[in-house]
Amino acid sequence: MSSKGYSPDFFDRQSFIELDARERAKALFDEGTSRELVGPFDRVESPWLPMQGVTPQEDDGCVVMKGKIAGQAAVVVALEGAFQGGSVGEVSGAKMTAALDLACADNEKGIRTSAVILLETGGVRLQEANLGLAVIAEIMASILALRKYAPVICLTAGTVGCFGGMSLAAGLASYVVMTREARLGMNGPEVIEQENGSEEFDSSDRALIWAIHGGEQRYATGLADALVGDDTPQVANAIRLLVSKGIPPVHRSSQVALYRNRIAKLDTSQQWDPKEFRTLWITNDSNEDKR
Amino acid sequence: MEQIELTYPASRNVNKKAHVGVVGSGDLEVLLEPAEGEVARVFIRTSVDGFRDTWKAVLDRFFAKYDGAVRIEINDAGATPGVVHLRLEQAVEVSER
Repeated sequence: MSSKGYSPDFFDRQSFIELDARERAKALFDEGTSRELVGPFDRVESPWLPMQGVTPQEDDGCVVMKGKIAGQAAVVVALEGAFQGGSVGEVSGAKMTAALDLACADNEKGIRTSAVILLETGGVRLQEANLGLAVIAEIMASILALRKYAPVICLTAGTVGCFGGMSLAAGLASYVVMTREARLGMNGPEVIEQENGSEEFDSSDRALIWAIHGGEQRYATGLADALVGDDTPQVANAIRLLVSKGIPPVHRSSQVALYRNRIAKLDTSQQWDPKEFRTLWITNDSNEDKR
Repeated sequence: MEQIELTYPASRNVNKKAHVGVVGSGDLEVLLEPAEGEVARVFIRTSVDGFRDTWKAVLDRFFAKYDGAVRIEINDAGATPGVVHLRLEQAVEVSER
């Protein structure tokens, strides 16, 4: 507690997590440079949800904005976690893919354009099953094409987190940015418990979930590149720095030998403590693995 | 999902459109656009069936004060009448900013 009688770090911050997808996307751009593409008034909604008695949203839970970040051209694609759990359907997925492909085309013409993807998602939208799965493959192909020219940055702020197919897309990103509140993982805690029982993973144990999937752990084990507080200027600054930094020398997902060796050296006969795991995971590498 | 359409008299033009809210649990999305003529039309899609009378009561009260010629589209995910009214007022505020 400070002399003011409250914690200024907590009360004076401008929460990023409390913003909706549209406000989040806008907050990342240099002031006054952003414009929305295929917005709610264009009425490109999911044709599949009303057929199943689910109210659609006019932007299908996917906000696309173009503008400048750190003075350079950039596109931001934000998934709305509050609409259908941020799930990716045919329309929202197509919007994301089109945005990434247009950015790629601009790079090919010599206009350097980065992409920032804001992921608050449980993955594929189950109501659109196969179309959702197909679109995840397209998104991943588009990320791979774009990241050769300019950084593709995935930001997961919370509180939904990033799971399922979109966690694989996040794995392909040039950089991953997380907050302490965010979670990143392939299978969500409830799915793991459902498949293997609560002895494997107790989905009601929030401390355990965050110790494994949480932003701090992902950052400490090198699966996230920046850990930021829930503060809008801090988040925007982290994104600006990474856009300016450009493409990493080696993408995380290209370091196959490194990660294969790390997994091979793990003794899976015992349950690791998440804190101990941080040091073990990094220090296990022999010098030849660090390529 | 139920669809409801309502019409109200209007007496002035509106210049700007407004979009507020999210189709998230207990919330709704409101799209407000200027319309031609002396009429306001409301198109509602709600995930909760059987509340037509409640929707009409909320919109009747809203249009007792509001007289803009608009087309309002509502996508609802189970918002309470209070939340619906607040979102409508927010949409008007944004359109007149």
